[in-house]
Amino acid sequence: MKLNERSLAFYATCDSPADNSGFLYKRGERHTAYHRRWFVLKGNMLFYFEERDSREPVGVIVLEGCNVELCDSTEGFAFAIRFGGTKSRTYVLAAESQAAMESWVKSLSRASFDYMRLVVRELEKQLQEMSRGLPGGCAGSREPPGPWKPKPSGPEQSRERLPALPAVLPKENGCAVWNNMLGEGGLPDTSGCGGHDEESSPRPPPLPPRRRVSNGEAASAGAAVTESPSTFCRLHEQYSREVARLRQDWQQRRRGPRP
Amino acid sequence: LPRVPAVLKKRLVKLVVNFLFYFRTDEAEPIGALLLEHCKITKEEENIFSISFIEEPERKYCFECATEEQCQEWVEALKRASYEFLRRSLIFYRNEIQKMTGKDPLEQYGISEEARFQLGAHRQ
Repeated sequence: MKLNERSLAFYATCDSPADNSGFLYKRGERHTAYHRRWFVLKGNMLFYFEERDSREPVGVIVLEGCNVELCDSTEGFAFAIRFGGTKSRTYVLAAESQAAMESWVKSLSRASFDYMRLVVRELEKQLQEMSRGLPGGCAGSREPPGPWKPKPSGPEQSRERLPALPAVLPKENGCAVWNNMLGEGGLPDTSGCGGHDEESSPRPPPLPPRRRVSNGEAASAGAAVTESPSTFCRLHEQYSREVARLRQDWQQRRRGPRP
Repeated sequence: LPRVPAVLKKRLVKLVVNFLFYFRTDEAEPIGALLLEHCKITKEEENIFSISFIEEPERKYCFECATEEQCQEWVEALKRASYEFLRRSLIFYRNEIQKMTGKDPLEQYGISEEARFQLGAHRQ
């Protein structure tokens, strides 16, 4: 079966962060001798190289639908990646220490796309339930319409809205640059925002926040979907000014005389 | 599963996790697969979209769909098909929930310390 091998090799060797890496012994398919290989786990792909600095992987194991088990082997610290199906091969690997073995077994058993998707769906559901459970009215006098706005008698949040949410990008993620998500949306860095105070918040920037949670406690501003990077930059700019101002206000209030 | 006639050859195309498999229409085993990481999905002219990869941006894998609607569906699905996209979604949701509740939703699964769920590059 053909595969876009160059793309695979690129994925294996590019500097996107690996989820685990290290030397492991791999038992041969026909002969039971173990070969020491450099392993790199990225997403649901376990690549292995002849040497740590090899330019191309020797092989890859796609970690979908597999079980990772410990095995007792003369090699010690051994574990196996087992696939269902009669024609499938079992990969026997051995680490160089107990700690390394445990770390690998843990990361490999959670490496599948399916597992990731399960967790994401679970979190999506939690978020959905939380936003539906919010008090009907929000403190702000101007509540811009948006898919996340809790409507008192409105219809249930349609699931279709949610998939649009992840088109955001924590700026720290080094993988972001190439993926075409960059042009589609941006999440302003709202981490600097302190708690909301009693007074009404300053006007939001031109593009309406998708969601506004305001009940006197620490709140989070939702992300606006932007159509282009330049709008996102502007939005980011505005949020940071707003945050800076809020911080200033808050700090002044702290220093001010207390009754 | 939708049939996606390519410009030259008619193929059955199937998206499974972050792989796009393609089959001859009468065969059970795929001819090949494309790993959908570090790729760019572009809507081309009517009914047509293309996939290209970062290390070879000029090379486009073109797909022609039966309808424009189908084409849009594929473009949307493929843009979300990468593991990296899923990871970013997870991190985003995790942050949102944590902001709203003050608790890390991954703790109950015992996976809050996993490298793959951390925000920020974890170079090794």
